[in-house]
Amino acid sequence: MINKNAGLYLHIPFCMRKCSYCDFLSFPAGEDNREQYLKQLMKEIKERSLLLEDRCVDTVFLGGGTPSLFDGIQIGRLMETVTKYFKIEKHAEITMEMNPGTVDEGKLMAYKTSGINRISFGVQSMQEKELALLGRIHKVEEFRKNYQLARRLEFENINLDLMLALPNQTLQDVKYNLREAVALKPEHLSCYGLIIEEGTPFFQEYQQQELRRQAGEERVGDVLPGEELEREMYQWTCEFLHKEGYEQYEISNYSLKGYECRHNMKYWERGEYLGLGLGASSFLDNRRFSNVTDMKEYLSIDIGRMQEELVAEEEVIDRQAAMEEFMFLGLRKTAGISKKEFKDNFGAEYKQIYQSVHERMVHLGLLREEGDRICLTRQGIDVSNYVMSAFLL
Amino acid sequence: MAHIDQSKIRNFCIVAHIDHGKSTLADRIIEKTGLLTSREMQAQVLDNMELERERGITIKAQTVRIVYQAQDGEEYIFNLIDTPGHVDFNYEVSRSLAACDGAILVVDAAQGIEAQTLANVYLALDHNLDVFPVINKIDLPSAEPQRVIDEIEDVIGIEAQDAPQISAKAGINIEQVLEQIVQKIPAPTGDPKAPLQALIFDSLYDAYKGVIVFCRIKEGTIKRGTMAHMMATKATAEVVEVGYFGAGQFIPCEELSAGMVGYFTASIKNVTDTRVGDTVTDKNYPCAQPLPGYKKVNPMVYCGLYPADGAKYPDLRDALEKLQLNDASLQFEAETSIALGFGFRCGFLGLLHLEIIQERLEREYNLDLVTTAPGVIYRVHKTNGEMIELTNPSNLPDPSEIEYMEEPFVTAEIMVTKDFIGQIMDLCQERRGIYLSMEYMEETRALIKYELPLNEIIYDFFDALKSRSKGYASFDYEMKGYVQSSLVKLDILINKEEVDALSFIVHESTAYERGRKMCEKLKEEIPRHLFEIPIQAAVGNKVIARETVKAMRKDVLAKCYGGDITRKKKLLEKQKEGKKRMRQVGNVEIPQQAFMSVLKLDDK
Repeated sequence: MINKNAGLYLHIPFCMRKCSYCDFLSFPAGEDNREQYLKQLMKEIKERSLLLEDRCVDTVFLGGGTPSLFDGIQIGRLMETVTKYFKIEKHAEITMEMNPGTVDEGKLMAYKTSGINRISFGVQSMQEKELALLGRIHKVEEFRKNYQLARRLEFENINLDLMLALPNQTLQDVKYNLREAVALKPEHLSCYGLIIEEGTPFFQEYQQQELRRQAGEERVGDVLPGEELEREMYQWTCEFLHKEGYEQYEISNYSLKGYECRHNMKYWERGEYLGLGLGASSFLDNRRFSNVTDMKEYLSIDIGRMQEELVAEEEVIDRQAAMEEFMFLGLRKTAGISKKEFKDNFGAEYKQIYQSVHERMVHLGLLREEGDRICLTRQGIDVSNYVMSAFLL
Repeated sequence: MAHIDQSKIRNFCIVAHIDHGKSTLADRIIEKTGLLTSREMQAQVLDNMELERERGITIKAQTVRIVYQAQDGEEYIFNLIDTPGHVDFNYEVSRSLAACDGAILVVDAAQGIEAQTLANVYLALDHNLDVFPVINKIDLPSAEPQRVIDEIEDVIGIEAQDAPQISAKAGINIEQVLEQIVQKIPAPTGDPKAPLQALIFDSLYDAYKGVIVFCRIKEGTIKRGTMAHMMATKATAEVVEVGYFGAGQFIPCEELSAGMVGYFTASIKNVTDTRVGDTVTDKNYPCAQPLPGYKKVNPMVYCGLYPADGAKYPDLRDALEKLQLNDASLQFEAETSIALGFGFRCGFLGLLHLEIIQERLEREYNLDLVTTAPGVIYRVHKTNGEMIELTNPSNLPDPSEIEYMEEPFVTAEIMVTKDFIGQIMDLCQERRGIYLSMEYMEETRALIKYELPLNEIIYDFFDALKSRSKGYASFDYEMKGYVQSSLVKLDILINKEEVDALSFIVHESTAYERGRKMCEKLKEEIPRHLFEIPIQAAVGNKVIARETVKAMRKDVLAKCYGGDITRKKKLLEKQKEGKKRMRQVGNVEIPQQAFMSVLKLDDK
């Protein structure tokens, strides 16, 4: 009996070259390795599809890495396996992340045929100098060309990933990038602030800079925008996109009406999803679990017999953890959370659990209550970590 | 042991500068006398507190009785009274010395005489003890025994040519020391039939026996059933047990008579009844006069101790009470701070004493503590003629009510090699020292005397001294008395609110400098908030320094990648965890370590 929907995430941990800011589970690999991985992933799909036995898959997301390193045939095989072992809903949203420098007409056509109906292009910037600085492999023109190709092939739901607060970036740069991006009329835009993550080349570079700066030295090399500038960029982005008809539905996500990313919404709304592939995370039956992150280990597991060896971490989400998640995930959405939904889920009033935090945050101007809904204010979004951590019990 | 011949008893102690090998020599003496076999010897038998052994210092006086078969064929009883080695415990040292008839002076064959050597040897001579020197560490490559012998004769003026040249560590020439104890230290005197007169030189609390009182019998005899009367505290109790000290254990005996050193118990519940220095007599057969020299020791340094977790307040109180059972000089009373909640204002003999108590609370009682800046006792003379002894800066009366204030001064003796005299004098000058004198002990070393405010040396003077002299300076001090001084209260305002736990008393001339450093330090410690936080240092209504913690304008996590909620939650939890260790003052969260950072304002 099928009474529930779930998402499906497939992780493709390969890229042409590691970008300077990237700390995701991804690395360059040869064709042999990629083929070996694909086979193992297809095996995992087959063996673990039982986990969604009584569920209908209404969103699929091929993320990475760079899934578009796989050619049309490979993606075709993958999607064939997916459709064979899962019950895919008729109007399912099937997204594939693509690096604009790795696709061509042939590939796009094949992807389309295999069932992909939503593209997420990792554009990041509309300027060459910024792309070079980030260590991206594609050129602006390449992206433009492939975007138009995708449109011609009737991809009707396209997202563009853009980054804010890049080194040396000015507000003018951000305005340029956004205007250029919006001129292409994508259905969806993700605008993330660059975060300097530990273990990336950027981290080393900017940590050293910070040390030099503290030592009172003159500024050398590329300079990250200050917090004030970053806020301005963010602010401008929200206002501009709003004017252009894009609704901000989550801290970093904007879309035309009806084009919100349904897969990502599952994350914020605590919907269920199964993640397959190296390091992929899942949330099913109140359990969060994730796969091993070591490629060698992943490939060596005999999934047919020792399925459980795939799981590296597992956590049962109890009532308290569920309430915390409900809050800190729900508040990422501009619509915030519903008090009624809270009560329906947990059998307790929102205020009963969170009265003092709520009042403090409202008093600080970070949280807003509107009828049934509680959401972050403009300022609350700026310091969302601060607010969300307060909702941990 | 039915009868003990008084002429075969030797009561003595060992005096030395820190690290010159006092405890090691004590160990060797115990070992060589055969009371313990080499196998039973734990290194440093006398220092039995874990902390003492770790720090290599003696905190409480320890005593052991040993039997020595001398070369003259006679059997002697040695009572070795190990004295505390630090200036904080000066009074305890003086009482231990009063329990002895002689002292062994240990001097390091490489380092020679140091400031504490002098202080301790003079203290011993003041108590009319016969002192004989021992040159230790002769096995060191840098040892110069003859130079040190000459130095002892020149500087201290005691005969040193026949001083045993030993290595306590390697066990070289220890027999010579034992023989000299017999020959050079006089036997005790006193009449066993006279009225009881016994000096308390230490006490220890035992959960089963009550207070165990360590004493030296000067006159008379004490035994089970004696009505022991403490002449200063007026406490009286019937003696339950008397005995002497084995190594690390108490060995009961029939009686203790004049000349002997031992202990008694009398079901006494409180160490404050058995003050060090007090005289014990027999209530039914009392002596006419107490022994001279008793004084009640008072704390010199005060600070606030607060539990990091407010709920641990009762635990802290219990722990302090337990420590006080063994340490009559530790004082505490409850106080409340707006910033830190409920805690205690505690009095200590000195900074080392403070550190030891703090460490024991943390280690033995598992308490996480927040300590406020230590201060001395100031005397505030009010316009109405009243004088108050101020131990907590928050209690300073309004300036309009103050006629004048006084602060305690010490006389400090610093011994330093020639090359560093300039640096050390600069340091004393910076700390408001008043130069008294300088004399050369020998060509390369000088003894400098300064009067210094106690307030200036309780923080980091010793560290500064060591670093500026590359470790070559040694230091000792004694209380001089109170001196009128221009003192002000420095207040710290965080986001315009005064934080009581950060206030302290400081000399007018250093207020600006200290205020500036405090603000700088606090700026580093206080995390950014949603709003700008001014940090101000003020004297009265006048702000003398200011820093600002800029507002946090942005704190957003970017992508929540591939639905990895667990990772995101961990990041939020980390942030939340950091908050728990904060103290809320008004709207501002101050990390606990900020309260302690004010202790470390080292300039160099």
